Amino acid sequence: MIRLEKRPQPSRTYALATPVLAVLATMFFGGVLFAILGKDPVQSIITIFWEPLFGEFSFYYRPQLLVKGAPLVLIAIGLALGFKAGIWNIGAEGQYIMGAIFGAGMGLAFYPTESVFIFPLMILAGAFGGWLWATIPAVLKVKFGTNEILVSLMLVYVAEQLLASVSLGLLKNPEGFGFPGSRNLQQYASAHNAELITGSGMHWGVVAAFIAVIFAYVLLARHRLGFAIRVTGEAPRAARFSGVNPARLILFCLGISGMLAGLAGMFEAAGPAGQITIDFNVGYGFTAIIVAFLGRLHPIGILLAGLLMALTYIGGDIAQSQLQLPAAAIQVFQGMLLFFLLAFDLLTNYHLRIGNTEVTP
Amino acid sequence: MDLSAINPIILIAALISAATPILLAATGELVAERAGVLNLGVEGMMITGAVCGFIISVNTGSPALGFIMAAVGGAALSLLFAFLTQVALANQVASGLALTLFGLGISSLMGQNYVGIKPPRLPDVNFGPLADIPVLGPILFSHDPIVYVGLLILAGVWATLKYTRAGLVLRAVGENHDAAHALGYKVKRIRTLAIMFGGACAGMGGAYISLIRVPQWTEGMTAGVGWIALALVVFASWKPWRVLLGAYLFGGITQLQLNLQGAGVAIPVEYLAMSPYVVTIIVLVILSADKSRAPGSLGRIFHASQ
Repeated sequence: MIRLEKRPQPSRTYALATPVLAVLATMFFGGVLFAILGKDPVQSIITIFWEPLFGEFSFYYRPQLLVKGAPLVLIAIGLALGFKAGIWNIGAEGQYIMGAIFGAGMGLAFYPTESVFIFPLMILAGAFGGWLWATIPAVLKVKFGTNEILVSLMLVYVAEQLLASVSLGLLKNPEGFGFPGSRNLQQYASAHNAELITGSGMHWGVVAAFIAVIFAYVLLARHRLGFAIRVTGEAPRAARFSGVNPARLILFCLGISGMLAGLAGMFEAAGPAGQITIDFNVGYGFTAIIVAFLGRLHPIGILLAGLLMALTYIGGDIAQSQLQLPAAAIQVFQGMLLFFLLAFDLLTNYHLRIGNTEVTP
Repeated sequence: MDLSAINPIILIAALISAATPILLAATGELVAERAGVLNLGVEGMMITGAVCGFIISVNTGSPALGFIMAAVGGAALSLLFAFLTQVALANQVASGLALTLFGLGISSLMGQNYVGIKPPRLPDVNFGPLADIPVLGPILFSHDPIVYVGLLILAGVWATLKYTRAGLVLRAVGENHDAAHALGYKVKRIRTLAIMFGGACAGMGGAYISLIRVPQWTEGMTAGVGWIALALVVFASWKPWRVLLGAYLFGGITQLQLNLQGAGVAIPVEYLAMSPYVVTIIVLVILSADKSRAPGSLGRIFHASQ
């Protein structure tokens, strides 16, 4: 008989070990899944985790790690601040879209003027777009007590429709021969989020992601607001007594996570994607939820988790072309990771006791 | 633009059909939430049900068997959630999200060879002369069996919660799990059963979309219906009959915007398509003032210490 006994303090060892255990378990069961699909499991895992880093074409794939990791880290950092305080923004995908629309829209408004001020203005617009979209659930929660999970999620679908609308209307490329989608920002020097060092994958979004990691680290470790976030998550009543204003915290956490998601969308639209189209968003906003948990809601952890998740995206693409592994298999793989993580987290908070050693009085 | 093309009788008949997936999913979630479990994985269970029902129907030629297997598929997926929240004592919000992400992935993996196939059709129930009654006939007696199954499940849930001992125990577990445990009820077992019931209902609701509403399989085809169902439970203040009202309201909006798209109204298609989601938000805002009806232990982890 296995019993669970609550630990007085969460175990630090297990807190660090569970993400690693979860990744290993996911590799194992992912291998089983790939075997069921008729692929060689060992080769599949090697293709996903080894090939992009040390394979023959790693010079091409390594920069992709930063390109794919940056939006994930940027979004996950914002989400983690909220999750820590028990504020659940799960509509980052919508905020990402709105940031891209606002950012790209700002750039396109100036087309074809060239100026150094255009890109900074686009950054501000992108951040504003994401902030605006996340502030809607925040204000509704503060004013009316509306559930932020449902509102932020509903707004994803609204944002997707807006994206379709602007791709076919407002931001449509007038020289695009009737195809949906905006002008390509990669061909518009002032608005292009170009690589800072050629061939490194390093663009302004990557820089922003690193800044966000440092910012979040300092905020959580040193700042009063970070303390408020942690206390609210762990003991909401105690937080009230220590003078935390819950309304302000909700507005801050949702606002900042929306802003970061908006930035991620804007950097993506102006850089790697290059344009606004109907299928611009690829689910970074949802994958970032996994990244935030895999990183244990800790900034450094999120940085590592974001890179790992980017690796599965890139490795998944390689496995798709080389082994004909279906794209959805990678999605399942990522979902599995979150499952194992949540399951193994039991060990952080509880002792497993085997056998009935205690005598009940 | 030709609004006269929208026939109110056909519109009402169609909204009853449009409301059925939401009704099924919301009824299942209502039972889970009354037992104190907040399962945010409704969307994932629905899409899994949609693909399971579709695959079985296409391969066996029997839509009825498809619906049964959709319920089984949804319930099987919900067991993962039950394991995480009841055994591994994980956070319910995070576990629900995990279930949705996983469900979306596994469904597109299972359904990749089924895109573009037409499933066998479930024939409408034959009510004989009843269907010929003017107005009432087409509205009430012209549907496929699942519409009536959905209503029966809802009525069953209402009666069970209100009049039976099992319903009383379920509500006790949801209101105060410590007290229920002290009385000797198996909190985890009851919750696991409630979660599975929710999964089965969501799975059937999903299959209704892929087998009857659309009918086709495309990735991510539930498009947020599961989340609307979650909102509906809040809207209904955790009362079964209000779920019916809410489902018809949302079904009506969905159907009306589709009809307006068809009639070529001067509003862009995208704005019509976003209307069900916007209305959900508005309704949530209006109704979120009253939280008093929420089950007392909703979303809390239960662990019996010794």
